[in-house]
Order: sequence, then structure tokens, then C-alpha cells
Amino acid sequence: MLDPRAAARRSFLLVLSCTVIGALAQILVKQGTSQLGEHHLHLSLGEVARKPELFVQFSLDMLNNAKLFIGYCLYGINTFLMALALKGRELSRLYPIIALTYVWVTILSLFVLPDEHLNFFRTAGIVFIVGGVSVLGLKK
Amino acid sequence: MKTPISSIILVLFGSFVGSFGAVFLKLGAEHMQGSLKRIFNNYWLGVGVVLYLLSSVFYMMGVAQGQLTVLYPMVSVGYIFAIVWARLFFKEPFTRAKIGGLAAIIVGVALINLGNA
Repeated sequence: MLDPRAAARRSFLLVLSCTVIGALAQILVKQGTSQLGEHHLHLSLGEVARKPELFVQFSLDMLNNAKLFIGYCLYGINTFLMALALKGRELSRLYPIIALTYVWVTILSLFVLPDEHLNFFRTAGIVFIVGGVSVLGLKK
Repeated sequence: MKTPISSIILVLFGSFVGSFGAVFLKLGAEHMQGSLKRIFNNYWLGVGVVLYLLSSVFYMMGVAQGQLTVLYPMVSVGYIFAIVWARLFFKEPFTRAKIGGLAAIIVGVALINLGNA
């Protein structure tokens, strides 16, 4: 058996790697969906509500895309790692680390994806969101 | 380049659907009784997983166009829905931390939208 401090450290490292894997998955999913083709761009909720077959078509096309497939596998791995992490430490104390995903996704987007940029409002928005998610688990 | 509002709405709707996924997983966990066979017969869990899959399709429709620096942070509204459903369905209290966190998330999402304008 691990002593509690070692278990806590293991949980911390597991969740930290979850945030990095999760951010990579988001980049792959973005790249994958962008490849799905012109007919899937310009979709809106109203259009999907009027023509549900668009939803089915999109779901089927998703299954044929390698990047989306890898992205989905990473989601799966993440869920598994997260379950392991939760055995060592309660979820409420892990929120500040989970919130880092927003930081990694932003940084990776800027480096890897085309047409991405930050400005003052976007940066401030991410700071608020990371702060907000971090405090959700506090006990008061 | 500006992220279309239709993409933002799809991502927000995906988070909304996903928050119900969490509710059903929680209901499923409460009805859980050990053996693996029971897990597969636990239709709460099944509904939760289906809702998660549906929500991810809406999310992916949303991110197919637009910028991830705008769309990914929108996922955080899922926490807002989840905390409200937890209060409504499971009587989990609103703590000061939750109210503060929710307020910060709402301000953050509003700022991101401002930064997209």
C-alpha cells in the first residue's frame, strides 16, 4: 500500500498528465473536424433541428477520420487515468489542476492551429475561467 | 477571423447535453450494486454514456469551424449547468466557493465573447 502522501502525489501527477493528454485530444479533434468537408461547415443548431439526418451524417463521417479516432482514444485513456487518480485524492482538491487544461489548449492552439490569436479580453476570460474552475471544489 | 455565433451555440448546447450525462452517471452510480453484469443492466449509466456521446457530436460540429481559443473555454459553462442540476436533483448545497466559481466562469465566458467581437 502507498502511504497517503505518495498516493496524493501520484494522483497529482496522473491528473496533470490527464490535462496534457486532454489538451492534445482537443487539438486533434479540432484538426479532424476541420477535415470533415465543406458540407459540414456552417452547421447551426437550428439547421440540425430541422434536418436531423445532418446529425447522423456528421456522426458517421466522424468515424472515418483518423485524427478524430485518435482524439476519441485519448478521451478514453483520460477517463481511465482520471478514475485511477480519484482513488488517491478527492476530486474537489484536483480542480485547480484540471483547470490547467484551458491553459494548455490555448497555448497549443496558438502554436499548432492556423488563424488562432489571443487578445486582452480572451486572455482575461481564460484567467477568470481557470480561477473559477479552481475554486469550485473548496469546502466553504 | 471571427468565430461564428452558430459554432459558439453548438458548443454551449453540447455542454448543456453533457451536463445531463453527468446527472445520469451519478444516478447510475447510486444504483450500482457491484457485479459487472449489473453495470450493463444499469440503464441510468447507459443513458449517461449516450448523452455524453451526443454532447461530443454537438461539440465537434461546433469546433468544425471557428477558433479553438474562443470555443474551448465555452466548455466551462458545463460546470454551471452541473452545479445547478446537482442542487435541483441531488440537493447538493450551493457553497460560497461554488457561487464564486460560477460567477468567475460567467465573467470569463462573457470576456471571451467580447474578445471575439
